[in-house]
Amino acid sequence: MAATPPLKPIHPTEPATGIVPALTVRDLSISFGKNKVLKNVSIDIAAKSVTAIIGPSGCGKSTFLRALNRLHELTPEARMEGDIRLFGDDIYARNVEPVLVRRRVGMVFQKSNPFPTMSIAENVTVGLRLNGVHDKKTLAERTEQSLTMAALWDEVKDRLNAPAISLSGGQQQRLCIARALAVKPNVLLMDEPASALDPLATAKIEELIVDLKKEYTIVIVTHNMQQAARSSDFAAFFYLGELVEFGTTTKIFTNPVQKRTEDYVTGRFG
Amino acid sequence: MIVSNHHWRRFKNVFMQSLTFVCALLVVLPLVMVFYHLLREGFSSLNWNFFTQLPKAVGEKGGGMANAIVGTFILLIQAALLGVPVGVLGGIYLSEYGGTKLNWWIRFAADILNGVPSITWGIVVYALMVIPMHGSSALAGGVVLGMMMIPLVMRTTEEVLQLVPAGYREAAYALGIAKWKTIVKIVLRTAMKGIVTGVLLALARVAGETAPLLFTALGNLGWTHHLTEPIAAIPLQIFNYAISPYDDWHRQAWAGAFVLLMLVLAVNVGVRFLTRDRLAKPNSRTL
Repeated sequence: MAATPPLKPIHPTEPATGIVPALTVRDLSISFGKNKVLKNVSIDIAAKSVTAIIGPSGCGKSTFLRALNRLHELTPEARMEGDIRLFGDDIYARNVEPVLVRRRVGMVFQKSNPFPTMSIAENVTVGLRLNGVHDKKTLAERTEQSLTMAALWDEVKDRLNAPAISLSGGQQQRLCIARALAVKPNVLLMDEPASALDPLATAKIEELIVDLKKEYTIVIVTHNMQQAARSSDFAAFFYLGELVEFGTTTKIFTNPVQKRTEDYVTGRFG
Repeated sequence: MIVSNHHWRRFKNVFMQSLTFVCALLVVLPLVMVFYHLLREGFSSLNWNFFTQLPKAVGEKGGGMANAIVGTFILLIQAALLGVPVGVLGGIYLSEYGGTKLNWWIRFAADILNGVPSITWGIVVYALMVIPMHGSSALAGGVVLGMMMIPLVMRTTEEVLQLVPAGYREAAYALGIAKWKTIVKIVLRTAMKGIVTGVLLALARVAGETAPLLFTALGNLGWTHHLTEPIAAIPLQIFNYAISPYDDWHRQAWAGAFVLLMLVLAVNVGVRFLTRDRLAKPNSRTL
């Protein structure tokens, strides 16, 4: 990818020392037609940590997430301005294919979406197989690794060839996480990954998130304040397309600078 | 005043409900009558010879429609070879690629083509193929049926692909899978049953076409050895036998109609069976 001069770092209001930014976002604006949904967002996302994106519905947090792997481009009339670097590489550079960006920035969606025509194992390896990896040994290894990381291996190891849709909702979501991990991305985006799950399954996903940050950079959109407080290191509060406040989760939830942030995290609006 | 008004309204309500019910019955009635008639006349005329023998010479009793049954299948295979790839790929374009405006025009054109009288298709292919090739042929018959299939298959393919949730496409893109691979390996695979359904229904629909074949395949009382020769087909044979003055041919026309109806019915029942699955249900309008 094109080499570009380094950007001036923007740290959270309470900078943690020695943190490498995985993603640096500068002046990001996105509009769909005439509707401007993100306005001049600048943020540094620290590597190997969990960053929670919070804010009321329609504040642009999902769009922000989808801009990080260029998935928002699927929407017709989407326009983007600004600059996003992934470990220094400009992911919007002219010669960069969205497909290549998405191999480095994986995503887990709100609604679990394992491919219904494929088995559990096939779902895990689909990203590899359709990108040209056919070595059986590699695929088998990666299946076990990914399912283990997604805390699903013990539950499914005896029925890897069963249809993916035979799993429960929570298991399906962990399967989707395994599927995203199998292509070894640098960053994992999660768009309300637990909002359709029961409390037990949600707890499992949260544990998993904390576990995964040892190796991955995680950005998670959530409506659940407790979830954000429990599982994230940093939190960014979005409101009406603007980044209102960004800081360590402790700071955002206990001593926010902005009144609007305080009102939101304490449940007074939103 | 209020009470009588209430009665009047109730009467109107019951009246309208009965009217719609009677009309719904009228829709089903022809189907029941056709079934009854064909079962009575057609089934009794069926025998082993019907499936194994060639038509006998004019006025002679006996014989069968073996050549027409085989001919119909040959025509359908040719039609599928033309109609399925073009229709499915066109449907993929409409659903997965293409701009809103262009797609609107393509859809509009396809819907008009679906409403074009089948005899018009016959004349078109007569001008395009039969005249330049100096004669009716099995090939021209296959082409005309295939051309009729294209808009049918295209529209059902598009509709079925649109039923595949966007979440599957997004999941595939998020894994860094290229668009065409996503379409072939994920979207098409998910919608496969629906597409097969659409193709089978289109085949069933053209299997009974007679008018376009009069101009193209023409019919044949014997076997066809080459695709450039005229070929027999069940609907053509029914037509020829039905307008003939011989009782035995009338009997065979009934039998032919019965076989054709069973063929179409078998496809429809098969399709229902196929689509009991949770995913990729075809639009109920097409059934």
